Amino acid sequence: MTTETKESRNAPEALPLVRAEGVRKSFGDNEVLKGIDLHVQSGEVVCLIGASGSGKSTFLRCVNHLEKIDGGLLWVGDRAVGYRIKGDKLHEQSHNEICADRTDIGMVFQHFNLFPHMTVLENLMEAPLRVLKQRRPDVRRRALDLLEKVGLSEKADAYPRHLSGGQQQRVAIARALCMQPKLMLFDEPTSALDPELVGEVLRVMKDLARTGMTMIVVTHEMGFARDVADRVVFMHGGRIIEEGPAEEVIGNPQHERTRAFLSAVL
Amino acid sequence: MSSAVTASKIGTTDRGQFTVVSARHPWRWVAGTAVAAVVILLLASAVSNPRFGWDKVALYFRDVAIVNGIGITLFLTVVCMAVGVGLGVVLAVMQLSANPVVKASASAYVTIFRGTPVLVQLLFWFNLSALYPEITFGIPGVSLDANQIITPLAAAILGLGLNEAAYMSEIVRAGIQSIDQGQGEAAGALGLSRIQTLTRVILPQAMRVIIPPTGNEFIGMLKMTSLVSVLAVPELLYSAQIIYSKNLQVVPLLLVASIWYIIVTTVFTVGQGYLERRFARGTSRSVPPTAAERVRKFFRVHSAQGSGKQGSGKQGLGKQALRKDAQS
Repeated sequence: MTTETKESRNAPEALPLVRAEGVRKSFGDNEVLKGIDLHVQSGEVVCLIGASGSGKSTFLRCVNHLEKIDGGLLWVGDRAVGYRIKGDKLHEQSHNEICADRTDIGMVFQHFNLFPHMTVLENLMEAPLRVLKQRRPDVRRRALDLLEKVGLSEKADAYPRHLSGGQQQRVAIARALCMQPKLMLFDEPTSALDPELVGEVLRVMKDLARTGMTMIVVTHEMGFARDVADRVVFMHGGRIIEEGPAEEVIGNPQHERTRAFLSAVL
Repeated sequence: MSSAVTASKIGTTDRGQFTVVSARHPWRWVAGTAVAAVVILLLASAVSNPRFGWDKVALYFRDVAIVNGIGITLFLTVVCMAVGVGLGVVLAVMQLSANPVVKASASAYVTIFRGTPVLVQLLFWFNLSALYPEITFGIPGVSLDANQIITPLAAAILGLGLNEAAYMSEIVRAGIQSIDQGQGEAAGALGLSRIQTLTRVILPQAMRVIIPPTGNEFIGMLKMTSLVSVLAVPELLYSAQIIYSKNLQVVPLLLVASIWYIIVTTVFTVGQGYLERRFARGTSRSVPPTAAERVRKFFRVHSAQGSGKQGSGKQGLGKQALRKDAQS
């Protein structure tokens, strides 16, 4: 909470792209998020770090409503995630409204979740064609462009199964970008990869950060967090324990839990 | 098995100095001989026993009534499976619905239609007019005579199709549930609606799980149509029954029907293999060979025996076959 007030005082005039205010989430009796306050400015890269079970992935999944929050409010742009605000009432959104809001938010999963029955190009084109109803030639051009950017032009007609994990994850990033989102969420994007394949995925993410994309990244890659993140947020037991510039949190952690975590992973 | 190795050869690494002796399988020969003997005895009995009436089998094999019966059997199979698959998908989606009423209704349907014998269901539909002499659908002005609408064929389609839907819904549900949750999440995160997720992402992948048991259902349905002979629908079995009730050649005509059932199920099985390959696309590295490929491979191996000149992989096969020949 203290870091939160500091953050809002220092925040520029522009409205943050993501605003979490006291976000709570329980699975049965188990409260996984115990009041998360976090602002992410447009163009900012924020890394969420912490031990497994700290709630960082759950929070990320709340941002695009893959999980429904039980308390607090979560804003993306001028929209409350999962709700329509009318007067003093919060109306739960219909599934169609949730889908419409998700088109602005790209998500990359730990296990890629590419569609195995579609080629790489079809994976990229599916949602822009069916959801945004964009014209096929435009989508195709953009998809090929993105594949070139992630270095997989020659794999356009391959099936995901024939790609390495690193290649699959780069396709997954391109698939999310093909929707031209304002915000990208990464849920441990390199955790399922063989060590030698981590670099190629992080490189693509670094390039993306340089373009000014707003990114929230759940990761165990401290090197990436230090080099790329504008801000690092350390979570523990469903709370934000410490947050600040990457150098400070990773280089000079103030909280003992942060120190314990970092000494374990570094 | 390893070949005999002299002490001086231990420690050397060159495989070329050894002669490889393939493993012997004496019990295979024993089992093969025993089974072959039984088969030969059975065949001999079938040929020598005049009561099989093979001349009658040949006479009626392409009888016009029998061929028409096959037509009706195939028609019933295809229509009832279409009803079963269509309704089955709907029921499966209903069973996975979040709405408790929808879910419970689908479960009740499955319980009733799986819990009663299909023969009883057929008789129920056949006698529907006893229950509802007039069918109005609750709409004023609509009044249909049940006796005219529920013909034997309609009763057959209703009975077999609705029963099949209960089984198909379980198959489709298992298929849908076999798909990794991440697929639905990825589709949702991209903004695809529930229906788009189901039809574009989940079902195409579930088909791989759904197709093989559906093929079995199809073949099961083909044979189950013989039940509607009790409704006097002239499908394959009833057509045979009509003939043998006149000429009393019961066994030959049952043989005619059986042979036709085997022919049609075999054709379906081959088609099923092609369909499975189609839906395995992108999901597995090696797909099983099609029937045609298997036939080609069979002949390829045999030609390798003759020439002895083939690619490296096939050469091994050819040599093995030759060696087996030499043994026997």
